[in-house]
Amino acid sequence: MLLALIGGALIGLSASLYWSLNRRIAGISGILGGALFERAPERFRRVSFLVGLFLVGLVFARFTNRVPAPDLPLLALAGAGLLVGYGTRMSGGCTSGHGVCGLSRLSLRSLVAVLTFMVTGAITVFVVRHVLQLGVPT
Amino acid sequence: MKAWLTALACGALFGVGLCVSGMADPKNIIAFLDVSGKWSPNLLGVMLGAITIHFAWLRWLTRRDGAGSDAALPSNGKQIDRALLGGAALFGIGWGVSGYCPGPAIVALASGALGPLVFVVAMATGMVLNQGVQWMIKRSGKPSLVVR
Repeated sequence: MLLALIGGALIGLSASLYWSLNRRIAGISGILGGALFERAPERFRRVSFLVGLFLVGLVFARFTNRVPAPDLPLLALAGAGLLVGYGTRMSGGCTSGHGVCGLSRLSLRSLVAVLTFMVTGAITVFVVRHVLQLGVPT
Repeated sequence: MKAWLTALACGALFGVGLCVSGMADPKNIIAFLDVSGKWSPNLLGVMLGAITIHFAWLRWLTRRDGAGSDAALPSNGKQIDRALLGGAALFGIGWGVSGYCPGPAIVALASGALGPLVFVVAMATGMVLNQGVQWMIKRSGKPSLVVR
């Protein structure tokens, strides 16, 4: 739990610096959307943020030697990816944009979004893991 | 300072936060959502840590520069619409199936494994699909449905 708090604080610091230095909301779905759909200088900055995230992933993979992937068929992962991409753009944010940044700004929309995706997420986990018994964690 | 450089640094710091907190691993996300199984409160700890720091930072900026200033909080929309609820619900389903939200998926992509690659490509496809749908809605002239 201590690591969760410390890691969370680092995420909060990242969102704070990103707001102060770049005047952008550190929501990953928004940054990803910008990297896909914005034009030149803005797109390049969004890609830079993602590259930073990716580079840390490389270091993490090298040191832990562990693949952070759920034990699921690829088709299920593809379906989940489609829903995550479509849904986060439709509602304008994900765990970071609505969760961290939105709640820190006391946004009512973000609170509603967070409660909604946590409830549907919990229901989905119940159905997938306990009813269908797919990808049951070891 | 160059905007791309600060963006790169912020992205890296964000990634370190995800890795330190264990949220880069979808198992830990699913453990949080699995309320009828072995529930783990860790995601709440991450949110608490992040929101505490970011909330305090934004407060400090507002106090330093005044409420109307450029550094002050961006104004929040109030409207709770179908796009917000529907989009968040769809995202939650995908999140629950995979244990990935966009940030951890990018971190996992770096592992070079096939699963995260399939997920990220599908996620980008979903975003493109939504962009297309938004474009069509905008063109058909029903602004109440437009998300932005």
